[in-house]
Amino acid sequence: MSVIYIVLPLAFVLAGAALWACILAIRGGQFDDLQTPPMRMLGDDVPVGDRNADDSESVSK
Amino acid sequence: MTLLDQANADRAPAAAAQCCTHCGLPVPPGLRTGDGQPAFCCTGCETVHAVIRQHGLDSYYGMRSATNVPPQQAPEPGGDFAALDHDAYTQRHVRTASDGTRSTELLLDGMHCAACVWLVENISRILPGVQARVDYARRIVRIRWQGDTPLSTIAATLARLGYPPQPVHARQTRGGSKDDHRFLVQLAIAAVCAGNGMLLAFALYSGLFDVMAPEFVALFRYSSMFFGLVALLGPGQIFLRSALGALRTRTPHLDVPVAVGLLAAAAAGTVNTFLGRGEIYFDSLTMLVFLLLIGRWVQRHQQRWVANTMDLLLALTPATAQRLPASGANPETVPVDALRSDDLVLVPAGGTCPADGTVARGASEVDLSLMTGETRPVPVEAGSGILAGVTNLTAPLEVRITATGAETRLGQLLALVDELTRRKSGWVRLADRLAGVFVVTVLLLAAATVALWFTSGVALALDHAVALVIVACPCALGLATPLTVAVALGRAARAGVLIKGGDVLERLTRPGLILFDKTGTLTHGAPELVAWQGPDEIRPAVVALERCASHPLARAWVAAWQSDAPDPLVRDFRQSPRGGIRGTVDGRDFLIGQASYIASACQVDLPDPLSDDGTIVHVVRDGVHLGQACFRDTARPEATDVLARLRANGWRIGIASGDQHAVVSSLAESLGVPPDRTWSGQTPEDKLALVQRHMAGGPVVMVGDGVNDAAALSAATVGIAVRGGAEASLLAADVYLQHAGLRPLLRLLDGAGRTTRVIRAGLAASLSYNAVAVVLAMAGLIHPLLAAILMPLSSLSVVALAATAPRFAAEDAGEPKRGGLAPAVSTREAPSCP
Repeated sequence: MSVIYIVLPLAFVLAGAALWACILAIRGGQFDDLQTPPMRMLGDDVPVGDRNADDSESVSK
Repeated sequence: MTLLDQANADRAPAAAAQCCTHCGLPVPPGLRTGDGQPAFCCTGCETVHAVIRQHGLDSYYGMRSATNVPPQQAPEPGGDFAALDHDAYTQRHVRTASDGTRSTELLLDGMHCAACVWLVENISRILPGVQARVDYARRIVRIRWQGDTPLSTIAATLARLGYPPQPVHARQTRGGSKDDHRFLVQLAIAAVCAGNGMLLAFALYSGLFDVMAPEFVALFRYSSMFFGLVALLGPGQIFLRSALGALRTRTPHLDVPVAVGLLAAAAAGTVNTFLGRGEIYFDSLTMLVFLLLIGRWVQRHQQRWVANTMDLLLALTPATAQRLPASGANPETVPVDALRSDDLVLVPAGGTCPADGTVARGASEVDLSLMTGETRPVPVEAGSGILAGVTNLTAPLEVRITATGAETRLGQLLALVDELTRRKSGWVRLADRLAGVFVVTVLLLAAATVALWFTSGVALALDHAVALVIVACPCALGLATPLTVAVALGRAARAGVLIKGGDVLERLTRPGLILFDKTGTLTHGAPELVAWQGPDEIRPAVVALERCASHPLARAWVAAWQSDAPDPLVRDFRQSPRGGIRGTVDGRDFLIGQASYIASACQVDLPDPLSDDGTIVHVVRDGVHLGQACFRDTARPEATDVLARLRANGWRIGIASGDQHAVVSSLAESLGVPPDRTWSGQTPEDKLALVQRHMAGGPVVMVGDGVNDAAALSAATVGIAVRGGAEASLLAADVYLQHAGLRPLLRLLDGAGRTTRVIRAGLAASLSYNAVAVVLAMAGLIHPLLAAILMPLSSLSVVALAATAPRFAAEDAGEPKRGGLAPAVSTREAPSCP
């Protein structure tokens, strides 16, 4: 059962990594606007005219 | 041919009812086209359609019909955005990056579906190099662009597409996203602690029934302690701080018992971990913090959303003015902030006066209804005083400014509203009132427990007392109210009732005095044709003439007599500043206007007026009097019914209006409001005093729409602003009814009553859970495993209860229902097209 001494810290490290990723996502604004992206998704696949000059995705940073 | 064209062609085989290709509203008779051809209800829609086609953005229509949007007319094109290029605006709102990219945010009106988002974000096809990113929830578009395109051009382009932009208010950015991010991070930390704490607890609980080596037990207990303390000192700080604040101000708050429970659990758990004996409680502690934070988040989110929707409505005021330079050159557009006393400004017909002043040149009629409640247009001429916020109706005016900004009458009223809103006594919610009793009871019971078990040993007695304090921690109580309120606010908003805070619902449950403003609240706020004495065959000619005029009476006339027949041709149309008009139809000379205008224009004997308490307009053809029409601001059709239902529910009804006595009392009589509760000629200060006087005798609900109601709205127990109201009344009110009419009021009161019942049921459920747990703890029977099972169960039951919050739905079938993705903020009624 001494494997616990390796597995438990490992589990905590994984949890920490998940938390870190979540915090990065929050700080990056992923949760700021939960309404527009589902709408934007509808639009991106629709072919528009012939002047595909720039992709609206490039606006995001 | 676009999808919508096809759909329209299918739907309208005959020319009987053609729908606008752009907005889907019915097309007026004169503008109808052949089958399958695009037709438009107005030039606004036609312009927008042309712009969209020209830039290959037709798929907008396909997307839109796919998302099934309620029809909405394009706003009038135009609007002057020159003020956006003004240095004062650029410095405050436009950021310039090192590579010359500029960025700013604009508030966008009229976005209501995925197609709108798509169209706006594809603005780069019209203006290359300009990138737009929509934040639909906040109705904001973020614009980034390079090169020297002026911001006004971008704004004008957005307006041409049908989305007139507004400068973002200072209020808009408040509570910025930094705050949100911090809260979300706390929530994430709490989630990690709760999840891992539970895993460890599982291991420990299963170890209870099996044998576990003591070294692992210690490991799990120390790990639990780690997560428990992180949860308490990180995210849990919110509750500790809030409890400390409540103790300092000596106001009861639910966070006090929560903090007591958390601290007791942490202290007992830490001591027991180090001693290696007894229970550690960290699993319950982490879960508690996590669940309570979720409740907070949901409530916060909902209130933010309501606030944003309100802000959008607030922004619908002009922030620019037309200043006339002293040199006499053409007027320049400047931000209102830049106006000074003694400046000369041009107020166009239909425009709003930006500051207090006196008329320097011109004569016109102005609409004071928002400022004073007066329905009838008031004539002004050179030398007359004019107030900020007043709408100019008929002819352009040059106004010499005497006071600006906060010194104007409007500014003073706003300051009063601000002060009253801040002073508004803190309403203590039911849950918080209970919390005060709760803390005392729990502490007394804990002392009793110690006394009860004292004979069995101090350590055991303390253990049981601590267990009691922990299981009595009102987790369900803390979740019940915020969740129910959040659900109710969300549902109310979807039904067009915007409520600023949850406590408003509780304040509305006890019936008291409900005071109505007259103009725009009980009545339509616009004149209506109520009587006509004269031949019917001149109707087409009158409608054709009135269609050319810009005056509320003209609009009312057209609305009353509009028909499918094409209008006859009007020649030599002229409109006097006072709203009288003349013109030639079919070779015959028409004069239409009030008695004073007719008398000044020609010699004709006028008959006795049709009625005393309305506005009389005469029609004269070729010097012969043909007829007269009476216009009156009539009561809304549902008013009688709504007032009857309010009375049936125990409300007393009163009318407080700024209008003249005769007008108010005749309305009060027709609605059955007793004369002793009818107040006329009220100034804003009178209304405020009236509300304050009656507040001594119970709750007072004020329903109004105007600037003149604002102070009373903010002072009342609950202030309700109705649709179409002024900015000041929106700021002051606790509730805003988005849909026209008085029926939403019934929905609000009904929904408030039912929400409060759900809140009470939730409180009762969570309190009985606590009672059971406390009894078990006092008997020394409580086991941490039992607590760990009971707690989520009680929370779940409360969450399920919260979901039963009422829908604020329409109670009768005649009510128009709205579809769409979110409550569209519409500025217009959308009649359905067959």
